[in-house]
Amino acid sequence: MILASTLTTNLAILVLAGFIGFVVISKVPNTLHTPLMSGTNAIHGIVLLGGLLLLGLTELGAFSKALLVIAVAFGTINIVGGFLVTDRMLEMFKVKPGGRDTGKDGGDGGEAKSAGDGREGGS
Amino acid sequence: MTGLAPATVFLQSESFIYVLYIVAVALFIQGLRGLAGPTTAVRGNRIAAVGMGIAVIATLLNSSEGNWGLIALGIALGVAVGVPAARQVKMTAMPQMVALFNGVGGGAVALISWVEFRHYGSTYGSHAIHSVIDHPASCVARNRFEEECSSALIPTSVHIGGVPTYVAIFSVFAAIVGSVSFWGSNIAFGKLQEIIPGRPISFGSAQQIVNFVLLILALAAGIDLVAGAHSELLFIGMLLVAALLGNAVVLPIGGADMPVVISMLNAFTGLSAAATGVALNNPALIVAGMIVGASGSILTNLMATAMNRSIPAIVAGGFGGGGAVAGAEGAGEHAGTVRSTTAADAAIQLAYANRVMIVPGYGMAVAQAQHAVRELTKELEKRQVEVSYAIHPVAGRMPGHMNVLLAEADVPYDQLKEMDEANPEFQRTDVALVIGANDVTNPAAKNTPSSPIYGMPILEVADSHSVIVIKRSMNPGFAGIENELYFDPKTAMLFGDAKSAVSEITAELAQL
Repeated sequence: MILASTLTTNLAILVLAGFIGFVVISKVPNTLHTPLMSGTNAIHGIVLLGGLLLLGLTELGAFSKALLVIAVAFGTINIVGGFLVTDRMLEMFKVKPGGRDTGKDGGDGGEAKSAGDGREGGS
Repeated sequence: MTGLAPATVFLQSESFIYVLYIVAVALFIQGLRGLAGPTTAVRGNRIAAVGMGIAVIATLLNSSEGNWGLIALGIALGVAVGVPAARQVKMTAMPQMVALFNGVGGGAVALISWVEFRHYGSTYGSHAIHSVIDHPASCVARNRFEEECSSALIPTSVHIGGVPTYVAIFSVFAAIVGSVSFWGSNIAFGKLQEIIPGRPISFGSAQQIVNFVLLILALAAGIDLVAGAHSELLFIGMLLVAALLGNAVVLPIGGADMPVVISMLNAFTGLSAAATGVALNNPALIVAGMIVGASGSILTNLMATAMNRSIPAIVAGGFGGGGAVAGAEGAGEHAGTVRSTTAADAAIQLAYANRVMIVPGYGMAVAQAQHAVRELTKELEKRQVEVSYAIHPVAGRMPGHMNVLLAEADVPYDQLKEMDEANPEFQRTDVALVIGANDVTNPAAKNTPSSPIYGMPILEVADSHSVIVIKRSMNPGFAGIENELYFDPKTAMLFGDAKSAVSEITAELAQL
């Protein structure tokens, strides 16, 4: 009987995730490539988890702790900054109600933005 | 664990945390699917953000040990920097912002690998001294399953008493790639922010050798570490060599190649996160990292294709030499045949057109002219002129740069045409208005086999009935190549800053 080791399981996840990523990202139009980059930057902030896991260890020296605090801060910048800035950009891409001739709709944009910010603060 | 309530035990169980990770990862993928269109994109981004929240909570459940103060400190620092930056950044500065965020991510990976080495490095290689059995915490914190925590059952490929060799390999790999992308991204940021000159800085022909030597040094140090050199000094040395490599790769790259570099660094940080995920046995990190890696790779490839250049050629740097020679030849050939125009004439030409295609480039971003361009469009639409925008994939400094600027100026999404969509329409276009774009409109890419940009897909502006080019001066673009378009008899040049030139045309239009 072949036992799937942690390594092989993880490699399977790695390869499959690569394919899924390829398929999903291929569908993103050129127009949205900047938000895609900042959005994937935000997702990359997941390295925060690595920092959190290691901070859970016992017997960490002061220097290790300092490094990890910086890593956690970096990861948080990625997550919070990345999702916020992507939200800001995507709000601008929203198809404005009323078709192509509508001018600026300042009130609407502002409201949607503050809703987005509220959510970020909560998570 | 004996004293804990059953609910707490359940919440901290590996299965439950694993399920949360699966949920988080599914939300990431669902969120990115939303980016397939502008109507679903906002929602998609928020779905991904919720996924991230779940992944973070799951991890916090797992870290039973504490250090909560430090975790809070790190997160507070990140929020204090990230939120204002994201709120205040101008859309024209988005490439810098993305480069900076990307660098920060790479830096986080490198630091995490460093701490891993500090903690587990003594068990790398076959000379393992410590036994994991003495450190049950490492099993918990690393979310390891029984096979590696009970040493008796460790398969032969795993060194007795140490972390498995593959963990060391992935961790060291993540450290190198993370350090390269941290420094590379910071250099890219510096160039885009114009702290560092945007022109290529290199050792010339020795550049490739230098890069190669640095790469070999970093790899050699990495292999030595995996094999069991328990030297933190060596690890730091490896990080430094990787840092030099990041500098050496990005410094020689000029402004117009930035879209490729930024995408490539994006792919690097993604892959480094995935490697960290394998080292830490964390599925959420693996999947998220691979998705980012796939995204960066796709974009890198798209950008390189849109410039008709191979990725190695861009990394090796070197557009300058050949381009400058060709530019000099071109100047000699064409000198004196340029027709210049005035804002008033341009306004008349535009006012009597049926269809106008606007071709924006980096010049529009530099001059922050996007709002002025939108005003011009509105004025033209009042006169029943049909206006759309033709956008080359590498216009600007990052993928999709022009689109974001125009979206900021409230240009409707359906007026933005991608290259393949726009090119057939030039033949039916009365006036093509080129604003700060150069190489991407150069017919030499189609007609002159000796040109350095020959073969690069371009916007076929020359097909339209007439062309107005707004440009500061006759200086050739980044590639140093003279643009044949400017010498075309149907092209009129309007010299000046993009913003003021466009505003002048709008003012003239209003008076017609």
